[in-house]
Amino acid sequence: MTDQEILAGIAEIIDEVAGVPADEVTAEKNFVEDLDIDSLSMVEIAVAAQDKFGVEIPDEQLKDLKTVQDVMNFVSKNQ
Amino acid sequence: MSSKDRASVVVTGLGATTPLGGDVASTWSAMLAGTNGVRTITEDWVESVPVKIAAPAAVDPVEVVGRVHARRMDRNEQFALVAAREAWADAGAPEVDPFRLGVAVTSGIGGIGSTLTAYDTLRDRGWNRISPYTVPMLMPNGAAGWISIEFKARAGAHALVSACASGAESIGYGIDMIRSGRADVVIAGGAEAAIMALNIGAFAAMRAMSTRNDDPEHASRPFDKGRDGFVLGEGAGIVILESREHALARGARIYAVAAGAGYSADAYHISHGLPDGSGVRYAIDAAIQDAGITLEQVAHINAHATSTPEGDPLEATAIADAFGDAASGVVVSSTKSMTGHLLGGSGAVESVAAIMALVDRVAPPTINLDDLDEAVTLDIATKARSLAPRTEAPMAALNNAFGFGGHNVTLAFTEYVPGEEA
Repeated sequence: MTDQEILAGIAEIIDEVAGVPADEVTAEKNFVEDLDIDSLSMVEIAVAAQDKFGVEIPDEQLKDLKTVQDVMNFVSKNQ
Repeated sequence: MSSKDRASVVVTGLGATTPLGGDVASTWSAMLAGTNGVRTITEDWVESVPVKIAAPAAVDPVEVVGRVHARRMDRNEQFALVAAREAWADAGAPEVDPFRLGVAVTSGIGGIGSTLTAYDTLRDRGWNRISPYTVPMLMPNGAAGWISIEFKARAGAHALVSACASGAESIGYGIDMIRSGRADVVIAGGAEAAIMALNIGAFAAMRAMSTRNDDPEHASRPFDKGRDGFVLGEGAGIVILESREHALARGARIYAVAAGAGYSADAYHISHGLPDGSGVRYAIDAAIQDAGITLEQVAHINAHATSTPEGDPLEATAIADAFGDAASGVVVSSTKSMTGHLLGGSGAVESVAAIMALVDRVAPPTINLDDLDEAVTLDIATKARSLAPRTEAPMAALNNAFGFGGHNVTLAFTEYVPGEEA
């Protein structure tokens, strides 16, 4: 899966969970500061990412995923 | 503290979303026109229960609060927020210190739809697929929390749960918050969203619901001999309560005075009302006394009357006993004949109706009342009826709300006369 495909997949999840339009979801965006996503929605995003990309995101790693790029890196490394 | 010393509380905003309309104006005009809100329901679970009729909300709250907000809120919380936004805007979005703005809003049951959905997910897909928002969606204080967040209300957000008396009890509590000096403005009311198989099945198991499935238009018929139970409705009602001083200082439009509240508990049976009506009567007497009004000032009562065989005559007897000779001048209505029973939302929606009745000086009709129960000696309006003051003093309207558990609440509202208290 290319970075572009992963980004598109993450953007789709964020649109569904938090209503942020896909074109606003870019790699450098911080979930809390830029996208206004709280810790409960972050859990939803993580679970949806597991289903979409087939990667398990452990809770202790979830707190380190602060930007869209962090999630992209995690997915491409663990897929 | 005597009634002369404490803060006078007025109503400066109204909000509602009901089976008759998505706001107060559409709900109230539909009520005056005697519109039926009950219809056949077609959900896939309907075959599992003996009741196939209900009064669903006229406007889907998801359309109003938006998809993203809605997936974090139970339907009852969505209704409450929709009505609160209307009421807040109607009050002119008052500028108030956050620590002087309170909330008293609840549902009777809580987020039962979210509870059931989460349980299905737990069973079918595992705990890890349950929405992380499930707890805030199922807790009955969720609506109070969401409303406090939206309007930055920090004087306290409360959820007074007393089954079908919850909405009225919340308004009573809001009045107390202002009288006791804890708040200048309170967003108060109730909401319910319980039209689903479990609730209908459970109420049907109590034999409390109408099974007039082939005739939904005539199923909710309070005080009529042919009544056979209540019809479940959904929605919310919200009032903005404000100290008279605060309202006058900002030049607010004042609908009515929230003059008082009366409470009692039957202490008799968990779901049957005390048969002699003395519990209800005590609440009515207490409200009259708390409001400092005379029986003759009361021109209108929006009755609890749900269309159950047992409850309606009990309430009618209690009203007749409380008013004595003064009962003949009171026009009584049950708007549940049109909206169905909104459970925790009912006392709030019906308070909105009672206030509008004072404002427009007209009582809404009780539809489907073809053959009055002989046990009922009251003057029940079957068509919209003009109200006129019976004394020199401001006209008053009461709202009754009772809940399983033996809770009885009566609220008293009076016409606001500018300057008369100054």
